[in-house]
Amino acid sequence: MRDTVMDMIPAQVATSAALLEARNLSFEAGGKRLIDGVSLTIREGSRTLIMGANGAGKSLLLRLLHGLLPPSAGQVLWRGATPDHTARRAQSMVFQRPVMLRRSVLANLNFALSMHGVRGAQRATEAGRALDMAGLTDLARHPARVLSGGEQQRLALARALIGQPHLLFLDEPTSSLDPASTQMIESLIDAAHARGVTIVMVTHDMGQARRMGDEVIFLHAGQVAETGPLDQVLRHPRSEAARAWTEGRLYTNSTL
Amino acid sequence: MFSFGDIMSEAFVLILNWDRNLSEIVALSLRVTLSAVFLSCLIGLPLGALVGAFRFPGRGILTVLLNALMGLPPVVVGLFVYLMLSASGPLGPLQLLYTPLAMIIAQTILVTPIVAALTKQVVEDLHGEYAEQFASMGLRAYDRIAALLWDARYSLMTVALAGFGRAVAEVGAVLIVGGNINHVTRVMTTTIALETSKGNLELALALGVLLLSIAVIVNAVVMALRASAVRAAYA
Ligand SMILES: Nc1ncnc2c1ncn2[C@@H]1O[C@H](COP(=O)(O)OP(=O)(O)OP(=O)(O)O)[C@@H](O)[C@H]1O
Ligand SMILES: [Mg+2]
Repeated sequence: MRDTVMDMIPAQVATSAALLEARNLSFEAGGKRLIDGVSLTIREGSRTLIMGANGAGKSLLLRLLHGLLPPSAGQVLWRGATPDHTARRAQSMVFQRPVMLRRSVLANLNFALSMHGVRGAQRATEAGRALDMAGLTDLARHPARVLSGGEQQRLALARALIGQPHLLFLDEPTSSLDPASTQMIESLIDAAHARGVTIVMVTHDMGQARRMGDEVIFLHAGQVAETGPLDQVLRHPRSEAARAWTEGRLYTNSTL
Repeated sequence: MFSFGDIMSEAFVLILNWDRNLSEIVALSLRVTLSAVFLSCLIGLPLGALVGAFRFPGRGILTVLLNALMGLPPVVVGLFVYLMLSASGPLGPLQLLYTPLAMIIAQTILVTPIVAALTKQVVEDLHGEYAEQFASMGLRAYDRIAALLWDARYSLMTVALAGFGRAVAEVGAVLIVGGNINHVTRVMTTTIALETSKGNLELALALGVLLLSIAVIVNAVVMALRASAVRAAYA
């Protein structure tokens, strides 16, 4: 039963249009090529996981795709064209270490709403809904920076969803969370995906990958080692890097 | 010869018998200083935030300039403003020389670099934390600066305080452009200088004590405000 569902989703996704593409993307810093000729396609409505060891370049790749860093070579395409300001407005990102403004929880949400041009009564309504969704209503007046890690992640996710993005980048959103918080985050992501938001997520968690992924891009030392439907990559990995990963063997960047 | 104890007690008598003359001088001091600090913040806060949060050509030079101008000698500023405002200067027709406004202008020139340079430091640190989030949200320059200044407001109170300290204690520039005219441009510092040279030490010391008290009170009030506001809502 589960397999049929898993098999169907990629097929359905494969027919949808490319939302974001990377063509031969490279990034160099300090004389090192940290991202090396990455090409990939993110399809509208898909859930793509970026996996790979610490230091493989996952966070850097997200930054490049999101347009926070200029690539040294190659390009990123948004709906087939060079990203403009509408692309920026249609994307949002939850960072590996969430950035909280030195304001209350509510003020963090209000700020994001204001920046999307939502003000007045509508802003109050939407902020209230976001608080409720993230289970943060009781903490609305607390300074965001004193929240626990899990609460901060929920706030960061609620804030990222506030502008109704088309594409959501998540960099290990649950890496330091307990199962209950992880479940809350995952259900928020699920709900967003059900509304049509395209998801690109970095994760190290195999269980989470099985629950949340359609496609996997496996990075190794800044290069795409393997890409394909989740089931295929995790069950029948072709690359040595992904195979070592799924078998739980140590396989570091220097092994290559 | 004078005895310090005698002068001290006479100075306190002067303060306790608070008269028109005294209140005039203190009030003008505060008016000039607070106006100058206000104007300096109006210019220095956005300028400092701009330099702190954005990379642009000339940013390095501007930073060096601001830091250097923090140590501007007041008499040089006084001379510069004097030349600008004197009858034959470019702003001569405005007839501002020897008015409180001239003193405000001179002090604003002195204090603005302090406010801007310190603001730059504060904003740069905060922007280091916020930059990626702001970029991700696609914020425009204006919104970035407004958000940074707002979130740094408690640190910036200390910045304004540093500007206040510099302005209220300053004597060289206001003496040159204000002229220390009785009932018109006489402030605490210039009066202290004048009365000391005249040997009128009681009045000079009384004003000195008042100046010190004002500095202490202003600092205490701002610090208390800051501490309670930070405690109440923000970490
Ligand atoms: N701006 C930069 N300048 C120089 N090196 C960098 C820069 N950013 C990242 N790196 C290096 O690039 C490599 C990849 O970093 P990245 O943060 O993308 O790893 P990651 O795959 O997200 O790892 P993790 O799983 O630990 O989060 C690391 O070795 C890192 O030290
Ligand atoms: Mg990372």
